[in-house]
Amino acid sequence: MASDQPLADSPTSNVAEYSVGEISQAVKRTVEDAFGRVRVRGEVSGYRGPHSSGHAYFRLKDDRATLEAVIWRGTFSKLAFKPEEGLEIIATGKLTTYPGSSKYQIVIDAIEPAGAGALMALLEERRKTLAAEGLFDAARKRPLPFMPRVIGVVTSPTGAVIRDILHRIADRFPCQVLVWPVRVQGETSAREVAAAIDGFNALAPGGPVPRPDVLIVARGGGSLEDLWGFNEESVVRAAAGSAIPLISAVGHETDTTLIDHASDRRAPTPTGAAEIAVPVRADLEAHLAQLGARLAGTVSRLADDRRSRVRALARGLPQPDQILALPRQRLDGLDGRLRSSLDARLAERRGRLAALGAMLAPARLSEKVARDRQSLDRLARDLPLGLSRGLDLRRRELAHRAARLTTRTSQRLHGDGVRRLAQAVARLDRRAQDKAGDAASRIAEAARLLKSLSYQSVLERGYALVRDADGTPVRGSAGIASGDRLAIQFAGDDRLDVVADGKAPKNPGRQKPARPASKGGGQGSLF
Amino acid sequence: MSETDPNADVTGLSFEKALEELEKIVDRLERGDVALEESIAIYERGEALRARCDTLLKAAELKIEKIKTGRDGQATGTEPLGD
Repeated sequence: MASDQPLADSPTSNVAEYSVGEISQAVKRTVEDAFGRVRVRGEVSGYRGPHSSGHAYFRLKDDRATLEAVIWRGTFSKLAFKPEEGLEIIATGKLTTYPGSSKYQIVIDAIEPAGAGALMALLEERRKTLAAEGLFDAARKRPLPFMPRVIGVVTSPTGAVIRDILHRIADRFPCQVLVWPVRVQGETSAREVAAAIDGFNALAPGGPVPRPDVLIVARGGGSLEDLWGFNEESVVRAAAGSAIPLISAVGHETDTTLIDHASDRRAPTPTGAAEIAVPVRADLEAHLAQLGARLAGTVSRLADDRRSRVRALARGLPQPDQILALPRQRLDGLDGRLRSSLDARLAERRGRLAALGAMLAPARLSEKVARDRQSLDRLARDLPLGLSRGLDLRRRELAHRAARLTTRTSQRLHGDGVRRLAQAVARLDRRAQDKAGDAASRIAEAARLLKSLSYQSVLERGYALVRDADGTPVRGSAGIASGDRLAIQFAGDDRLDVVADGKAPKNPGRQKPARPASKGGGQGSLF
Repeated sequence: MSETDPNADVTGLSFEKALEELEKIVDRLERGDVALEESIAIYERGEALRARCDTLLKAAELKIEKIKTGRDGQATGTEPLGD
């Protein structure tokens, strides 16, 4: 600081003089004292990831100014989320100067996205990247075990979330639960959750610590920033890579974090995760009891069924006696007939034999021989006598016929003629009678016909016949003059004489004098 | 039962598998289209399956533990979950 200062020609000689280094240090002190901890909102600009040294350099800017920013390596690795180009953030840190180039900058301790919109955009960006890798594919999802023996829970060991899960598991299906304690918020939470998922998967089956059959990663509700750890790539990759089926239950139902996409099932709440993880034991017991009862029932029913079928069939079977009864009856009948017919035949044969035997006596044979000899002798004796007698007989008969011949013949011829004459007369008579009868019946027939055709029969039907004075039938009013006498004839010879009254219609062509009616027929012209 | 038990494998079945098979057996028996001999055999298997399911249900008990981790972050054992 000591220096030679010309006093005479320096109007400001009493002002303290700084070296560049001194002023730089002074400014640095002033800035750091005044802005030891500030929150600065701005858009990330010129960000190209951490430098090879691990430190990150970029600028925060708004529409009027820019601010140099640095994040030291140690801080950068602990950030809950990293800066991204163009992202509007709120950086927390201190201002300091960089004397080497007369600059000031902010040394950032923590950053947070400024506003949900920005964060959502980031989340969407990350989701797309991971989805493109196939981490969220439905084909990656594994079925959950029906009845897990051991459940691994990754969550905070204290608080409502683990209490809710344990309570619901105890209610539904008590089993072994292993809690892997993690912080579910803050910068380290993502790393711890990912490590816990990997740690459970690293457990060997049958080892001292039982390997869970299913995992639950749970956290209660919170802001988007609170839940941010479950959007971290490390957590999403651990969940997607878990060999043990994993249920995610982060935040409320409306909150969706990226781990929900990568998990095998997403539960709306931690309690929901417990319900998904285990069935209800009481239900299973009831179902099992029911199945047991049905099983027992089926066997007794099967036996009953078969027993009753056997019984029914047995009833259907006829008795052996019944089967044999009819044939036996026939056998008996045949047996009886066999015996009796045998006896009868035997008796008959015996009788015939006896009869034949009796007839077969030698005496009968000699008797017949003697008889035949006698008749032979007689015939021999009678032969010549019979011959002469026969001749006499024929001779006498011849004489007798010669005597009868003349008289009998003439008598017979005469009688024959008389008889034939009488027959002819009789036939003639009969013919004449037939002829007469025939004529009579034809006359009667004609009379009947005549009667049926007579005008009388018309009158019988209620008509009347009008005649003039001559008795001629009148066919109409023409020719009848007033004062003419007319006769009306009804059926059965019933007559009425009348005098025409009134004028006859003009009819110059006809004039016939009226004449008194007379009795009798003569009406042939009617017919 | 001096012969080898045909239902010995049942003790190795998971609850879900045992239950599924039991349901099938009950369905078959209830349909009644099984020969008598076979119905007795599968009834016995059904009983074994039911017993297996029963055992698994009864064996389940609540046991809550917390993982202890070593320096490398791996699980080294368990301890009761203190609240």
